[in-house]
Amino acid sequence: MKPIGSVHDIPFGEGRTFSVDGRMIAVFRLRDGSIRALDAVCPHKGGPLADGQIDLKQVVCPLHLNAWDLATGCSLSGQKPVASYPVRIDDDLLFLEL
Amino acid sequence: MRQRLVVIGNGMAGARTVEEILARGGEFDITMFGDEPYGNYNRIMLSNVLAGIEDESGIFLNDLSWYAENGIRLHAGVRIDRIDRYAKMVYASDGTATGYDKLVIATGSSAFVPPIKGAHVPGRGYHQGVFVFRTLDDTRAMIRYAKEHERAVVIGGGLLGLEAARGLQNHLGHVTLVHAAGHLMNTQLNAKAGKTLQTTIEQKLGIEVVVDGMTTEILGKNAVTGVKLAGGRVIDCDVVVVAAGIRPNSAVAADSGLVVERGIVVDDQMRAVDEPDIYVVGECAQHRDQVYGLVAPLWEQAKVLADHVTGVDRSAAYHGSQVATKLKVAGVDVASMGQQGAEHADDELIEFAEPAKGIYKNVVVRDGRLVGATLVGDAGKAAVLIKAFEKGSELPENRAALLFDLGGPVAEESVADMPDEEQVCNCNGVSKGGICAAVAGGCKTVGGVMDATRAGKGCGTCKPLVQRIVEWAAGGTIEEDPAASYYVPGVPMPKPELMHAIRLHQLKSVSSVFATLGGDEDAKSKMGLASLLKMMWGEEYVDERDARFINDRVHANIQRDGTFSVVPQMKGGVTTPAQLKRIAEVAERHGVPMVKLTGGQRIDLLGIPKEKLPEIWADLDMPSGYAYAKSFRTVKTCVGSDYCRFGVGDSTALGIALEERYQGIEGPGKMKLAVTGCPRNCAEAYVKDLGVVAIDGGKWEIYVGGAAGAHVRKGDLLATVGSADEVMVLTGRFLQYYRENGNWLERTYAWVPRVGIEHLKKVLVDDAEGLAAGLDERMTASVGAYRDPWKERTEPATPGQFRTSLPLIVLPQVPVRA
Ligand code: SRM
Ligand SMILES: Cc1cc2nc3c(=O)[nH]c(=O)nc-3n(C[C@H](O)[C@H](O)[C@H](O)COP(=O)(O)OP(=O)(O)OC[C@H]3O[C@@H](n4cnc5c(N)ncnc54)[C@H](O)[C@@H]3O)c2cc1C
Ligand code: SF4
Ligand code: FES
Repeated sequence: MKPIGSVHDIPFGEGRTFSVDGRMIAVFRLRDGSIRALDAVCPHKGGPLADGQIDLKQVVCPLHLNAWDLATGCSLSGQKPVASYPVRIDDDLLFLEL
Repeated sequence: MRQRLVVIGNGMAGARTVEEILARGGEFDITMFGDEPYGNYNRIMLSNVLAGIEDESGIFLNDLSWYAENGIRLHAGVRIDRIDRYAKMVYASDGTATGYDKLVIATGSSAFVPPIKGAHVPGRGYHQGVFVFRTLDDTRAMIRYAKEHERAVVIGGGLLGLEAARGLQNHLGHVTLVHAAGHLMNTQLNAKAGKTLQTTIEQKLGIEVVVDGMTTEILGKNAVTGVKLAGGRVIDCDVVVVAAGIRPNSAVAADSGLVVERGIVVDDQMRAVDEPDIYVVGECAQHRDQVYGLVAPLWEQAKVLADHVTGVDRSAAYHGSQVATKLKVAGVDVASMGQQGAEHADDELIEFAEPAKGIYKNVVVRDGRLVGATLVGDAGKAAVLIKAFEKGSELPENRAALLFDLGGPVAEESVADMPDEEQVCNCNGVSKGGICAAVAGGCKTVGGVMDATRAGKGCGTCKPLVQRIVEWAAGGTIEEDPAASYYVPGVPMPKPELMHAIRLHQLKSVSSVFATLGGDEDAKSKMGLASLLKMMWGEEYVDERDARFINDRVHANIQRDGTFSVVPQMKGGVTTPAQLKRIAEVAERHGVPMVKLTGGQRIDLLGIPKEKLPEIWADLDMPSGYAYAKSFRTVKTCVGSDYCRFGVGDSTALGIALEERYQGIEGPGKMKLAVTGCPRNCAEAYVKDLGVVAIDGGKWEIYVGGAAGAHVRKGDLLATVGSADEVMVLTGRFLQYYRENGNWLERTYAWVPRVGIEHLKKVLVDDAEGLAAGLDERMTASVGAYRDPWKERTEPATPGQFRTSLPLIVLPQVPVRA
């Protein structure tokens, strides 16, 4: 696991993209305080998933409103899955495993 | 040991036959081979996929889990090359051999491509840019290619060709349909009906139709550049779709020694001639000289086959089908069955034509039975006629009743008298019994039953009947689909109840609404709730940024590549040289990829990376034009009485005043206005959410509920008033009433007809319910709460509000048009 930034970089209920080892990872901070990480690029047509709207389960891509499960990366609307990554918070720092 | 059943062909007939066998408790060890690498999907829906009405994922009838659950071994993507009837083996393209006790051949058809020069490239299959329309892969390839090209020619003006042409319009700009015969759909329609249809296709859809057009050559060296017709005419194009008919896939059967004529010849039990253990079903079968190209017959064939092979009913027999066809092109109704016109001397032909309206209808009656019918332009009677045609039932004495609803009680067959096994949905093969079973199983809404059974989800003709059956089966306890009335999907309440609850519990943030009323937070409901709460609480609203859609978080409209567009306010479409200079300088300094005049009379700077938005707003120093929100947008104006020789009112001044007052007000949908200086309507006020028209005598007309977007509608006249001040007040009152009562995303063109213009006049103009003062007051409060969002640029509202979400991609990716 490597540190990628502070949890305070992400407002509650939103996502922000971090570049980690040449990859773009969208990290979401759920309203219950937990954190999820997915590939940042929508597999449908390349939309920025970090700009999507989320709840405790899913992220909805802003471009064509397809949805993905935040925990597994599986699509909830018949699209290809996105990769999901383990993340945890330690002392307000975000740690991610590629 | 269980008998081994092998099925060749995993399409609609093959999979349906296996379903019928399983439903009869057939004890077989089942193996299926399918040339396509998928489970079974609804082929007829490919037209809707191409037209963008249906999603690929929505067309699967049997997905891979269905095969697993039923213990069926599916070899998807594997072809059978040969059958050994003596050894009872089938040999597959992957080199395997599989033994059977019973064999079902359901290989369907392939697209027929006439011998046109240049259609094929030796050794490479079709010429690049040439497609057929039969499989999901064909459809995907066609969509992918069409999106990147501009002009298509469809060869073949039958059902499939017409559906292909319409679908292609969804992906490229120009479609020409070339048909070899003298009129469209000549297999189903007579010349008059075909001509009427052609006019509709040309005028309503904008597809150019060429009849009597024999394609002789497809032109182009590497990729298609055009087609050439007999007579020498060349039509330029970069996509060609051949929809010139189908041919049964019977080669494997013929090579293996079965009797094949046009299709594989079968008896009334669907067995191949002299082959007690080989059955044939679907489009590859030839029964009593008929080969079918539609799904309805194969539902019947599959039942007979299953009855016979399982031994449930050894005397089951197929007697052939009467088939009706329907064109699946939205807005162009065509249904046809049986004869195109009178064929015997004493056939009665009842005909009605109104070519200017695109209507042609006929029925052909012989010995008191319906033997043919055609409906073009108005298929309202299709369901009744199809029924009479298939059942051969008694016809009304007044034959005109077959073509028109003559008023009075329509002699609709009582649903109660329909036998359970009677098929209701011919596209998806759903019987009355199937619908009743879904209702008995707990589905109490029409939508729910349609989802569960797929009834009504093909061509749609049977929907009214499905509805009546559901109502009958539910014993009148049919439920309105409750979810359909919810304001947002995640909180189970219609808007009035929701607003009441919000007020009662003093819920001022989106998260508090979920916590108190909805249970789990729901991403798809946040935006609608945010809009509602803002409208209800104004300055007291607790603004949680995550409840906003990205556009509202960064006050700009997201583009296909993740950049944004910036549209500054330009009230009433009026600008100044200084403002234009500033916009020009900003665009130049920041290398804005495209500067465009919008349809809303202002200027759009497109392709701006998110992180540059604050800087650009600062440099522009103009207020936001709100071109991204579900809110008040613009007021288009014309030059009006100050300049125009016809102008009878100062439309420009009134438009600017309206925009100044109501700028940025959010609502359930966009609100676009216009003010025009006389009824010549240069500002298009008749087709706006609210449009004001100056008329002679210093008066103004106010129209509401107009539209000229996805839907076109002329607005309804709300009032004629004597002063600009009255226009200002009534506009605010109307908009407020819409904000409080419209459903989320319901534009005024849907809302006004729903509540009715008479009701609006009563409430808003006559104040019959005493609501006016309150509406005016609440609107004034909202107006007072307006803040230009582009001022939010020095201090981000949240951490990283304008941080890029695609840091490793160089934006913009949208083209730069300098
Ligand atoms: C920029 C503009 C096209 C242009 O280059 O001229 C435009 C651009 C878009 N329109 Fe529009 N519409 C534009 C004028 C119109 C007009 C004409 C008008 O406003 O006078 C209409 C018909 C009137 C109407 O609203 O019905 C129009 C009917 C639509 C519709 C269909 C709405 C409907 O219910 O019928 C949509 C889709 C929607 O709202 O769901 C839409 C959606 C869109 C969106 C926002 C699609 C999107 O969500 O990304 C486009 C944003 C492009 C972008 O990235 O910036 N646009 N659009 C016009 C901006 C006008 C402005 O200055 O505000
Ligand atoms: C775009 C489109 C729109 C249509 N619209 C309508 C409509 O509105 N109404 C209507 O009634 N009908 C419509 N049809 C026709 C309808 O889809 C067919 O009648 C129906 O699919 C026939 O079913 P089938 O099982 O006989 O053939 P198919 O569904 O074609 O299935 C045959 C399957 O067998 C496979 N196969 C072939 N040979 C082999 C082999 N040797 N080994 C292994 N597998 C093999 C094929 O790959 C295919 O998957 C439409 C067709 C198309 C293409
Ligand atoms: S700007 Fe409007 S009409 Fe043009 S592509 Fe976008 S939504 Fe369609
Ligand atoms: S790009 Fe994400 S849904 Fe289309």
